[in-house]
Amino acid sequence: MPEKLEAHKAYQRIRDFDSQAIEDAREFRGEVTIYIRAPRLRAICEFLRDVPDLNFRYLSDVTAVDLHPAEPRFEVVYHLRSLAPHVKLCLKVRLPGDNPRIDSLVPVWPGANAFEREVWDLMGIQFDGHPFLRRILLPEDWEGHPLRKDFPTTGYR
Amino acid sequence: MAITLEKIPGQEERVILSLGPQHPSTHGVLRLVLELDGETVIRGLFDIGYLHTGFEKSFEALTYSQGITLTDRMDYLAPLSNNLGFCLAIEKLLDLEIPPKAQWIRVLLTELTRIQSHLVWLGTHALELGAMSPFLYTFREREEILNIFELVSGQRMMTSYFRVGGLALEPPLHWLKRVEKFLKSFPGRLQEYEDLLTQNPIWLGRTVGIGVLRPEEALALSLSGPVLRASGVAWDVRKSDPYSSYEKFDFNVPTRKEGDVYARYLVRMDEMRESIKIVRQATDGMPEGPVKATAPHIVLPERESMKTSIEALIYHFKLVTEGFHPPVGEVYQSIESPRGEIGFYLVSDGSPKPYRCHVRAPSFANLQGLMKVIEGRLLADVVACIASFDTVLGEIDR
Repeated sequence: MPEKLEAHKAYQRIRDFDSQAIEDAREFRGEVTIYIRAPRLRAICEFLRDVPDLNFRYLSDVTAVDLHPAEPRFEVVYHLRSLAPHVKLCLKVRLPGDNPRIDSLVPVWPGANAFEREVWDLMGIQFDGHPFLRRILLPEDWEGHPLRKDFPTTGYR
Repeated sequence: MAITLEKIPGQEERVILSLGPQHPSTHGVLRLVLELDGETVIRGLFDIGYLHTGFEKSFEALTYSQGITLTDRMDYLAPLSNNLGFCLAIEKLLDLEIPPKAQWIRVLLTELTRIQSHLVWLGTHALELGAMSPFLYTFREREEILNIFELVSGQRMMTSYFRVGGLALEPPLHWLKRVEKFLKSFPGRLQEYEDLLTQNPIWLGRTVGIGVLRPEEALALSLSGPVLRASGVAWDVRKSDPYSSYEKFDFNVPTRKEGDVYARYLVRMDEMRESIKIVRQATDGMPEGPVKATAPHIVLPERESMKTSIEALIYHFKLVTEGFHPPVGEVYQSIESPRGEIGFYLVSDGSPKPYRCHVRAPSFANLQGLMKVIEGRLLADVVACIASFDTVLGEIDR
């Protein structure tokens, strides 16, 4: 296990809070990424936001990666920040290719609203409990999710 | 089918109004759907995507170096900031050290970018609230900055001047004289704009107390940049995690407590003054040395060396036909663009093209704050609020 990861306070605290929630953890170029099991995500995020010495009150970004044809196919990526003290943390959740769905984080950070709509629109991941999960960049009647790796990029559509 | 609002039963007398996408106050193609009770906005929705060109998908088909040209076209008012964020992300992935002179020129040019972007914002903001003259003056100053960009890169707007490993080319001799000339004239002119607007009773009437955003709301809605700082949160990526040697520069992060349209105006005006301070420090202390890193497998060789060195010729051929291979991994690099935190999330599978590239666009997140502040306001104030958020639709729609 790399040193920086072991020293990361949020990693230690999540492990103490719910060690079963952590699937995997990595460190690359000084950035710590923790893989969370999908059913535990919202509880972990509330914990990270509300504990005063962690204080992850800012959600920078939500996005997703398609690992087609590998399985589990999707990774949903959350970039969190604590502004005082300044700490960055990346959470990831692995989702299956068949009917990918995950709890929405809008109840935790209202700012997740637009980001999750974008992930739904372009990558086709369902967010349960999202108040307005509609297409955001593409027209309402668009078929498919273009950022998926199996979306055809040539030919007549 | 465009997004619309359904009328609430029992409230049929309310009007559903579609503002945009061609409305001149929407800075491009933002469309708002508003439910009005008389002139008061009850609720609203934003409808975006009119400029969606699939940049994130296009990145996957281009090599890392080719991708730089796409970043210019996202936020067309701050092309160099976007170049910087993308290059820094790739350099982080490669673990590549950049020579000091290149870092300083990057800082200098991104701060000029901030000034010119804020000048466009100031001119159009004033124009939308009925003050025609600042627009004519701010574009005069912006022109001087664009001339400096043209001098160093050959392009006024789509510069693509920052490359992986440094800069595209050495800036011409005496270019700093042009920067110094601008630095001499600009503070006085900034004062002229302030004289026109800051104490102007009409300006105050249209902006003070309008569109108030509290700090906890702004944080929860993932807002960043001047919008967040005008609500009293002193967070700036340049200070919190410095990149490109920003830690060596002395500058303040202007903040305001009020969180209204006027506070956002004052924060941006102060930011321009801070940017001048940074540019001045950069011109005074410009280090000597190369502007490209010594990494032949990543940075294109000099034209001259290709005529005498077989290695340079081979590297050139490899880089142009194939590109470089970063290690497998993923990075998230964010910088402070004129509109807030712009983040580049890159996933590399070891091939010369990114497996996935996601852009965290500041205007995209900031739109959520806009929808919050217009609720319960008059329709005329909506225009002031849109202007104060300084959204760029190219970046929102990507």
